[in-house]
Amino acid sequence: MRYLIVAICMLLALPLGAVQPDEVLDDPVLEQRARGLSKGLRCLVCQNESIDESDASLARDLRILLRERLLQGDTDEQAITFIVDRYGEYVLLRPTVTGSNWLLWAAGPLMLCLAGGVGFAYLRGREKASEQSIDALSDVEKSRLAELLNDE
Amino acid sequence: MARSILRTILSRMITELGHFALILAFLIAIVQAVVPLIGAHKQWYGWMAVAEPAAKMQFLFTGFAFAALTYAFVTSDFSLRLVWLNSHSAKPMLYKISGVWGNHEGSMLLWVLILTLFGACAAWFGGNLPPTLRARVLAVQSAVAVAFFAFIIFTSNPFLRLAVPPFDGQDLNPLLQDPGLAFHPPFLYLGYVGLSMAFSFAVAALLEGRVDAAWARWVRPWTLAAWIFLSIGIGLGSWWAYYELGWGGFWFWDPVENASFMPWLLAAALLHSAIVVEKRESLKSWTILLAILAFGFSLIGTFIVRSGLLTSVHAFANDPERGVFILMILGFFTGGALILFAMRASAMEAKGVFGVVSRESALVANNVLLAVACFVVFVGTLWPMFAEMFWDRKLSVGPPFFNMAFTPFMILLGVILPVGSTLAWKRGQIGRAAYQMRFVFALAVALALLVWVMQTGRSLMGPIGLFLGAWIVFGASLDIWMRAQRKWDRLLRLPRADWGKAVAHGGLGVTMFGIAGLMAWQVEDIRIAEVDTPFIVGGFELELKGVDRVQGPNYISTMGRVILRKDGTEIAVLNPEKRNYPVAQMPTTEAAIDYRFLRDVYVVIGDPQEGGGWTLRTYIKPLANWIWAGVLLMALGGFLSLSDRRFRVGAGASKRRTRTVAAE
Repeated sequence: MRYLIVAICMLLALPLGAVQPDEVLDDPVLEQRARGLSKGLRCLVCQNESIDESDASLARDLRILLRERLLQGDTDEQAITFIVDRYGEYVLLRPTVTGSNWLLWAAGPLMLCLAGGVGFAYLRGREKASEQSIDALSDVEKSRLAELLNDE
Repeated sequence: MARSILRTILSRMITELGHFALILAFLIAIVQAVVPLIGAHKQWYGWMAVAEPAAKMQFLFTGFAFAALTYAFVTSDFSLRLVWLNSHSAKPMLYKISGVWGNHEGSMLLWVLILTLFGACAAWFGGNLPPTLRARVLAVQSAVAVAFFAFIIFTSNPFLRLAVPPFDGQDLNPLLQDPGLAFHPPFLYLGYVGLSMAFSFAVAALLEGRVDAAWARWVRPWTLAAWIFLSIGIGLGSWWAYYELGWGGFWFWDPVENASFMPWLLAAALLHSAIVVEKRESLKSWTILLAILAFGFSLIGTFIVRSGLLTSVHAFANDPERGVFILMILGFFTGGALILFAMRASAMEAKGVFGVVSRESALVANNVLLAVACFVVFVGTLWPMFAEMFWDRKLSVGPPFFNMAFTPFMILLGVILPVGSTLAWKRGQIGRAAYQMRFVFALAVALALLVWVMQTGRSLMGPIGLFLGAWIVFGASLDIWMRAQRKWDRLLRLPRADWGKAVAHGGLGVTMFGIAGLMAWQVEDIRIAEVDTPFIVGGFELELKGVDRVQGPNYISTMGRVILRKDGTEIAVLNPEKRNYPVAQMPTTEAAIDYRFLRDVYVVIGDPQEGGGWTLRTYIKPLANWIWAGVLLMALGGFLSLSDRRFRVGAGASKRRTRTVAAE
């Protein structure tokens, strides 16, 4: 707990506020691209923030670095690759679909197919089943159930 | 002098009694977890009867322990280590009280207090349950309590003393000193822990070997209550993040947020599947499984928050020993219940017969989508851990992933909701249901198109969200209108459950509306604002009039005065603040927000600039309030449904009920 507070203090005691006015590029299109890209890059010293939201000075450095790359004519991919080459894929808030990560991206659709399939099979089963008499209950239980259910 | 000594002795005594009460509650819980279970197995009524008084005593003793800890916080008794670490004598009273649960140990005590409260409620209102089921439910509930009592007493005891009491405390984390956050944890815990009731009912039903309509009717109000509290808790947390963290985000897909969101999704699924069990005696084993999983995810949430395994802004205690303990609790209860489920589930066969197109199927689709959405959140949250463990990759999974992978399921859910909720039971006709909805559909499409034309060139998210919101809200209205057979006078006489359904569904639509609006049409402005120099942001004129230093109760504030004008007339004075809490050595930002029905104006003050002027951040946030209004509506819908007459059967007030019927 103490460490956490100390860590937060260190983060927040630095110049406050995410994107600073002096960072903003003059070209609005370029700035727009920079903002979009920086929303997908993680602030390395923060808990779970993008460099676009972070107050940390390291995030500011990264924002400025990103803008420098864009000013030098990098495409979005080139700029991102430049940063990933230096800081590792840890900076990407949106994991790439490479290697084992395809499992992460496919988890939802695969599960949907599986659950949808099982659900549909169940529904087909219910459609074909014949109505059973409720004989698992004793007479006392039946009347109690009826009493409960009829009370609407 | 003598009086103050007396008072000190009294307060020490109360604390010691609290500690003692906690240990007593632990012992009672052990008895309650064992004796009624054996009694139910052997049909010994005397043994089963132990459960009820034990549950009530357990709650009273835990309540006393909690009250004693609260007393120590209120009187700033710094001889308690916990109070010293998390409180300060100059702190406002509200935060002295909320400080009780603003830390790991105290929040665990609150957790177990709520757990015993639910147990006691089941004892108080469970008169209608068959005796063996009641005994088993209370025993399982108590078994969970045993685990958490042990966790508190052996790893996180809030009543530990300091040999030499310091003169003053170290203050509560200033971020937590906020009215929104003061009540966020209690609601969240009421939700998390409320799901333990569903779990206890599920395990008890597995032990009984039978699930029927009556069981579903008993379990549903507890789930509903838990879901309502969870909704309010999540809503409060999200609202707090919006106004406190300084850039107006409302959801960050942070591991701890996800930890509360997963049980919410599953509880929502459980609410719907229990309807099918109740009305149609089908989906029984799935409902049992959901009840187990919903509480399992609550435990996973607890684990995530308290183990420090995943990095998060919320991380409480990063103590591996505690993490292992909770992992053991999680493994024992979820694993045990799942094994029991595997052994017994086949005994629970479905009875109802229905077509593939029917209300039942729509509810199955609802469950599939909610459960898969929950699965996506689960995989995304734990993926960084898996990737590092198995493939040695250090990577992050952040909002861009969740927005892409999770949203489609919600869109799908929103699309089928209005049609599904009006389908007939047993055998419906999709054509008929769709035909009924044609005007609603046309209206929603027209709205979306209108907005799409007006916004030109922005993302499609706004129109899509708007369509979904309108489709759901109008669909819910049409649903209840048809239930009333299109007659005004019948509308008010409908059962409250019908109103609950319409209001809760409408709430979901409103929230989707708000999210879409906020994400698609937000306007942002970052600049150095000179004093007395107006500037324009998105049709509003703002002017910084000055910046003052203001002394608060336990902080110093740098407060800006910003005048907000629309069409030349002043509509608000905003006071964005930067606060510094000297004791905790920590600054916070307090955004100034002009709340309006259709949009918020959100102003944050930054640092003074060398050449004069201040950094000022202004956001126009369209429909922001709608997000939380929708959440409130969902909770309200839940309350309406909970207050429906037929649930009181489950609550056990059968005699009073007959009278109210006559009175109406």
